[in-house]
Amino acid sequence: MNFEFSDEMIMLGEQAERLFAARDARKTARAVLDGATHRYDAALWREMASLGWMGVAIPEAYGGAGLGAQALCIIAEQIGRSLAAIPYATTLYLAAEAILLAGTEDQKQALLPAIAAGERIMSFVDATTGARPGQVGRDGTIHADALLAPEGEIAGSLVLAALDADGEIGLFLVDLSQAGVKRAPITTIDPTRNHGLLTLSHVAAERLGSGAITRATLDRLIANAMIPLAFEQVGGATACLTMARDYALERHAFGRPIGSFQAIKHKLARMFVANELARSNAYYGAWALSTNAPDLAEAAAIARLTAIDAYHFAARECLEVFGGLGFTWEADCHLYIRRAKLLASAFGGTVKWSETLMAQIEPRYR
Amino acid sequence: MDFEDTAEEGVFRALARAFLKENAPPPPEAGAAIVSTDLETARAWQRAKADAGFAGILLPAEAGGRGGTVMEQIIFDQEERAVGAPSDVHFMIGLGICAPTILQFATPEQIARHVPPLIRGDEIWCQLFSEPSSGSDLAAARTRARREGDGWVIKGQKIWTSGAQHSDFGLLLARTDGSVPKHMGLTVFILDMKSPGVEVRPIKQISGASHFNEVFLDEVHIPDARRIGKVGQGWKIALGMLMNERLTVGRVFSPDVGPLIRVAAQTEINGAPAIDNAMVRERLARWYSEQQGIRHTVSRVMTALSKGRDPGPETSIIKIIDAAREYEMAGFALDLLGPAALDRAGGADAAPALIGAFLEAPGTRIGGGTEEILLNVIAERVLGLPGDIRVDKDIPFDAAAAR
Ligand SMILES: Cc1cc2nc3c(=O)[nH]c(=O)nc-3n(C[C@H](O)[C@H](O)[C@H](O)COP(=O)(O)OP(=O)(O)OC[C@H]3O[C@@H](n4cnc5c(N)ncnc54)[C@H](O)[C@@H]3O)c2cc1C
Repeated sequence: MNFEFSDEMIMLGEQAERLFAARDARKTARAVLDGATHRYDAALWREMASLGWMGVAIPEAYGGAGLGAQALCIIAEQIGRSLAAIPYATTLYLAAEAILLAGTEDQKQALLPAIAAGERIMSFVDATTGARPGQVGRDGTIHADALLAPEGEIAGSLVLAALDADGEIGLFLVDLSQAGVKRAPITTIDPTRNHGLLTLSHVAAERLGSGAITRATLDRLIANAMIPLAFEQVGGATACLTMARDYALERHAFGRPIGSFQAIKHKLARMFVANELARSNAYYGAWALSTNAPDLAEAAAIARLTAIDAYHFAARECLEVFGGLGFTWEADCHLYIRRAKLLASAFGGTVKWSETLMAQIEPRYR
Repeated sequence: MDFEDTAEEGVFRALARAFLKENAPPPPEAGAAIVSTDLETARAWQRAKADAGFAGILLPAEAGGRGGTVMEQIIFDQEERAVGAPSDVHFMIGLGICAPTILQFATPEQIARHVPPLIRGDEIWCQLFSEPSSGSDLAAARTRARREGDGWVIKGQKIWTSGAQHSDFGLLLARTDGSVPKHMGLTVFILDMKSPGVEVRPIKQISGASHFNEVFLDEVHIPDARRIGKVGQGWKIALGMLMNERLTVGRVFSPDVGPLIRVAAQTEINGAPAIDNAMVRERLARWYSEQQGIRHTVSRVMTALSKGRDPGPETSIIKIIDAAREYEMAGFALDLLGPAALDRAGGADAAPALIGAFLEAPGTRIGGGTEEILLNVIAERVLGLPGDIRVDKDIPFDAAAAR
């Protein structure tokens, strides 16, 4: 048994950590939040692309580095930690994976090298559920109002899970530069992860691959993405702990550093406990994803559940440690609270993923 | 990353399996508590393992162990658990805590005399640290050892001593000098539990069982040859012992959600199966993901150990989470059973084991360091936060005790 990342992966993580620190990714995230800069950190995005980080998990045949899912997870952790305002998650954990999963050879050749080069930002929307699921007509066009799309204002194309003319589930590619696409800004709880409302008026939707996919396949695609996302959450939770710990050593009250009060010490220790638990589950997820393990679906659900809990707890307690300062717009505590909530709400929170997990494990135990 | 056995590990696993298949006694009846394995069965099993080189896997071969690796210990534990062999609960303190300490600090003669019979299960050991007035604050021990002739005379009292009633020997922490600050005046001895002046009184625990005891020490003679390490070195040895306790981490028995899922499948809430209730499902899922998180944390610790690194105080997260889960899960199962849980004899089949677990769990949260102490350890040693204020730290023990 060797439950540890390889030296190569660890070095990649350190490199990412250094870059995000050197570029002060959190500062740009704040500028995005303040509306002082564009909707994402374009300079960082370009630099990451030049280092080949968009393509870490994209096979070499399509312009990537072919390092696999573990490399994606490693970078994800540092993104989460630095709060980088970049469209990495949707573009890579979801859209690129959808293309790899379902796309034809031609589609892969057409899309993946551009993604790997950082030239194409992607959105991903699952419109198969709800009162009025999205449906692509026989003429290969779709009409849809107010699709809440991650990276919706900045993405070049959209991978849309929608029903086809026969009512089956399909994955479709929608070029967002077409006439008939309208984008409206939307302010979510965390504007450092761009979202937009898309209105599609009879725009062309090209099917990825040649036929329908099953609900189970779509679920698997989304569940797999929860693993690198858990690494972002673990990274964020770790940053909260570090920030709170540093402040606890520096801030004095009653003639002592507040970090010498046991209530504060135990708060920080509990953050550590929750973070390590989440980290262990995330690591297992990375392993399961990179080996396509039989319990991959379960591994994704446990990674997601513990990561959501750890990040919420760490972000909230971090703010508490900062006292009144933590409640100000100026301090960065709320950036983590916002990100924690955004990552938890996207793709459903703990109730949904508890149910997903139970569906996996219950039959085994009964 | 991989979870496969290496070639050597695979060979060892096959050896262990073959041995267990031939020799393991039949598993105890379903539902029987893990700690109730009777001593004679456990002893015979320990001897069989020792003869085959599977007892004390981590302990050196010269001392009667196997001189094996952490992974071999883990593999053997996994396989042994899988066949439901008797638990080594009676020998755990000796094997996991006392023997490594003896090996680290004792003389070759002491090692030769004590470790082989310990490994064979012929002699049982206990840990005589806690006292009525010093548990978390172990260094405040008041039990005195005074020099007399060729040895020492011990007077004082120990408490919460697990297994003392079955023990032949114990590692005793005693104060040899009260004129220096508390950490500096302690010494560790091997106490023969059959010595005149030793009186063991079992303490009835909240579950009704009596696994731990009071141990009264009234003018007990210990030859100097049974002192471990130098006079005044006791605190260092005690800390080493607590470290060894940590190394047994890969062996923890994490409470399993499985039985709870079965209880939920068999009970109803307002006429509908409890297992279909969303709130029940969310709780089960949360506990399950914690359980897996512990399992994977253990894998991380094992990896560190097998690469020769110290797992560090991080391992204390395991006890913090498991002790809470054990209590909450058993309590929740009892809630689900409702009135059927109240009747220990005629009620639900699962009730006695659940009540047992519910009434054991608070002890898990305290023994081997309370939750608060473990949180302190994480805060100070992992996160680097300031130590608590220790008003008695630099004062001679006698002066501090008199205050
Ligand atoms: C099942 C079981 C088996 C045991 N087996 C053994 C054994 O074999 N050998 C042995 O020597 N001992 C044994 N013990 C004793 C155990 O180690 C002690 O009970 C434990 O260390 C706590 O000490 P105490 O009981 O004196 O509680 P105290 O130290 O008096 O603690 C009381 C409360 O105060 C809190 N507290 C104390 N100090 C601090 C602090 N600095 N900061 C915050 N909170 C604090 C504690 O967390 C606790 O909640 C066993 C205990 C149990 C329950």
